[in-house]
Amino acid sequence: MRTRDCKHICDESSPAIGEAGKTGEWRSLTPVIHHNKCIPAKQKKQSCFLCWLYCPDAIIKKTIPIQINLEYCKGCGICVQVCPAKAITMA
Amino acid sequence: MKVNAVNLTETEYVLPGNRTCPGCALTLAYRHILKALDGQVIVTVPASCLTVLHGMYPITSVNVPCVNTPFASTGASATGLVAGLRATGRKEITVLAMAGDGGTHDIGIQSLSGAAERQEDFIYICYDNEGYMNTGNQRSGSTPLGAITGTTPILGKRQNPKDIAAIMEAHCLPYIATSNSSYPLDLYEKVRKAKEIKGTRFIHVFAPCAPGWQFPYSDTIKIGQLAVETGLVVLYEVENGIFRLTSASESLARKGNLKPVREYLAKQGRFKNIAEEQISQLQDWVNTRWECYIDRATNF
Repeated sequence: MRTRDCKHICDESSPAIGEAGKTGEWRSLTPVIHHNKCIPAKQKKQSCFLCWLYCPDAIIKKTIPIQINLEYCKGCGICVQVCPAKAITMA
Repeated sequence: MKVNAVNLTETEYVLPGNRTCPGCALTLAYRHILKALDGQVIVTVPASCLTVLHGMYPITSVNVPCVNTPFASTGASATGLVAGLRATGRKEITVLAMAGDGGTHDIGIQSLSGAAERQEDFIYICYDNEGYMNTGNQRSGSTPLGAITGTTPILGKRQNPKDIAAIMEAHCLPYIATSNSSYPLDLYEKVRKAKEIKGTRFIHVFAPCAPGWQFPYSDTIKIGQLAVETGLVVLYEVENGIFRLTSASESLARKGNLKPVREYLAKQGRFKNIAEEQISQLQDWVNTRWECYIDRATNF
């Protein structure tokens, strides 16, 4: 329970990362990215990013090279399936 | 400018570390829906997997305001939110009512129908994972023929699902669309378009469910694409009565070759007991529907 500025009591939830804990612990296989095959890393410019687009949990960062946040990655393997260059494998 | 993976906004409204299953199509769809609405939205959610995604008090994993509402009252709750925003003069905020297929096809249909008849100004999105997945995979009004569920455990469901988009079309809505979480850019564009229109807008989103449908988590995208390629799911939009096929369904209609339904069924454990005659029944149902859509489509 919190009190708003207007003195009304409210019981809102507040947004935070990791609501269900460290969901990376659910994972049995870990995605490994091979930057020598990854299209944005090879071309050194903004391109492809299909893994970022399809990742349900938004744990892939649209940077060059691409970063995967393993603390929260649930290990579903969608990124492996959608990668056109086969640059991600599960290990 | 056409949206693609490179120029799509990086702002995330669905945060990592949420409670949904790995490879959840709903999370993927919801991520892109909230991106399309720029976070300027109030969501109202009945009991569904979406409540699970929103998380337990005092933490939520979604960065937009949300109202949890009883199962049968999504449409009524959205009506109230619209009235409240109108009274306080906040025009920039969209009201999004989002429910599962149980909350739309079965339990929530009367409040939705009432709100649609009053032409209340909100977007209603039904994400369709073809069953009550949150409570243990019971049969719903949208479960397909032959699927094994918690309440049809041996022979599978014996009826075809109801066509909710057609039911909503009978309410003369300004915008109705069907989409699929495996085509996130198509979904993004449709939500974007719906945002600019006034009145009740309805979007039906197909969302495969790995644990409920019994396929590997990694195949979520593939199963969704296969559903479109076999014609079980057709992507279209109806804008002021004008019917258009969109994205993958449009190119399929141009090429004119649907894959056999059998290919889609074989990939999922829930169809393991489906009989041969049920498969041909399902194939006939798909073919008839597909021909109707081709006849109606105005864009090719």
